[in-house]
Amino acid sequence: MTVPDAFREAAGLVVDLDPRFVGIVALSLRVTLTAVLAAAAIGLPLGALLGISRFPGRSAVIVFVNALMGLPPVVAGLMIFLLLSRSGPLGSWGMLFTPSAMIAAQTLLVLPIVIALTRQTVEDLWGEYREHLASIGLTGLRAVPTLLWDARFALATALLAGFGRASAEVGAVLIVGGNIAGYTRTMTTAIALETSKGDLALALGLGLVLVCLTLFVNAAAYGASRLGARYAG
Amino acid sequence: MSSTRRLFIAAALGLGLGFASSAHAQGAAERFITVSSTTSTQDSGLFGHLLPLFKAKTGIDVRVVSQGTGQALDTGRRGDADVVFVHARAQELKFVEDGFGVERKAVMYNDFVLIGPKSDPAGIKGSADIAAALKAIAAKQAPFVSRGDRSGTHSAELALWKGADLDLEKIRGSWYREIGQGMGAALNTAGGMNGYVLSDRGTWLSFKNRGELDIVVEGDRRLFNQYGVMLVNPQKHPHVKAKDGQAFIDWLVGPEGQKAIADYKIEGKQLFFPNAAQPGA
Repeated sequence: MTVPDAFREAAGLVVDLDPRFVGIVALSLRVTLTAVLAAAAIGLPLGALLGISRFPGRSAVIVFVNALMGLPPVVAGLMIFLLLSRSGPLGSWGMLFTPSAMIAAQTLLVLPIVIALTRQTVEDLWGEYREHLASIGLTGLRAVPTLLWDARFALATALLAGFGRASAEVGAVLIVGGNIAGYTRTMTTAIALETSKGDLALALGLGLVLVCLTLFVNAAAYGASRLGARYAG
Repeated sequence: MSSTRRLFIAAALGLGLGFASSAHAQGAAERFITVSSTTSTQDSGLFGHLLPLFKAKTGIDVRVVSQGTGQALDTGRRGDADVVFVHARAQELKFVEDGFGVERKAVMYNDFVLIGPKSDPAGIKGSADIAAALKAIAAKQAPFVSRGDRSGTHSAELALWKGADLDLEKIRGSWYREIGQGMGAALNTAGGMNGYVLSDRGTWLSFKNRGELDIVVEGDRRLFNQYGVMLVNPQKHPHVKAKDGQAFIDWLVGPEGQKAIADYKIEGKQLFFPNAAQPGA
């Protein structure tokens, strides 16, 4: 196997647009983006709340959330697996080995990143604008939407970090998705499978496509934030 | 500014709901069963050949989760699969005896081969005596890669050491390397460290990163590798799709499935030999 072979495989995948390959890419994007959106919906308000509130044990909570940013994907996967297995507490949902299970596992992975980075960003802003916000009647909870809005560019970067973590991981989706061909096979599990089959050129080719996709998503987000800054800023 | 914000939030929510509902609708519309099976049936490409034929005939989608045999049986025990298709007869019979499976049916066989580097440090190439070959590897302390994952191949490997009168616990050293991974990963590892490794023939034939590896021992009667299939017991796990699962089993052991298995070839070589009709298989 040589590196040029891998580039040829990558180019071949993109040029041929084999439906199975397109399905894998679409599923990867769907799972990861949904997980990031879910984590944003939960994590942005929670992080902001944590940033502006003061309660006993707050430092411990912050340290805990920060530490969870390093939660190993395989552990997140295992936790969701044990919950969703037919022999687990949520077994009757029949969700194991489905894309929904993968989304749940990746949400669990992305959530600590969103909460921790949001908390830090909002806390800094809050320190700076607290009195100003209070003077226009925004105190406590009512300040959260404004703070989140003012921090949107920093928070977009937090979401991109979450996207990077989710799109790159293989441990969680492999355990809860099962790498079922045409149903729960993503870019990363396909790469792991092709490596184990000894087709290293195809595996690396898929890897190249994944890196390009990540680049594309980041470029799109950057472009959107630039546009946003110009028109809505 | 606040209207932009509301728009932004509404768009995000809408997108999220759209994704979630599309995921849901897709899951509900299809008729499918989940099969837990081994890495060998998947890595060798056999399922890629069989499943489209079965789907064309019955409309049932088969979702295969491939794991080592031990793990695949565990998946069945927990009720996370409808059908279990593996290769370790004793473990399969125990699975049925314990009430987790309904009935075990023999499907097909292939054989194990001992793979090793072309340099052959243990000097066993061309032998058809697996016990003598393992003794030579242990005596020379030549690198040996073990699956170490409770798979069917791992069970077979342990039985072969025992059959060669070697006590692995006593003789093992740094030359014996347990990797706890699938067949393909074990072959990659053996290639990387010029070691010996036991593989099922199907995965070996379809393996693409052979490098300096080749078959060193084959054809010993003790290298026989039987596959069996079982429906997960609906009395233990009421949600098991007994009817569709049984349809898959009946197809596999029936004339069409057996022919399809025999027809699967790589580079003109047949990988699996159907033997559902053979008594005692």
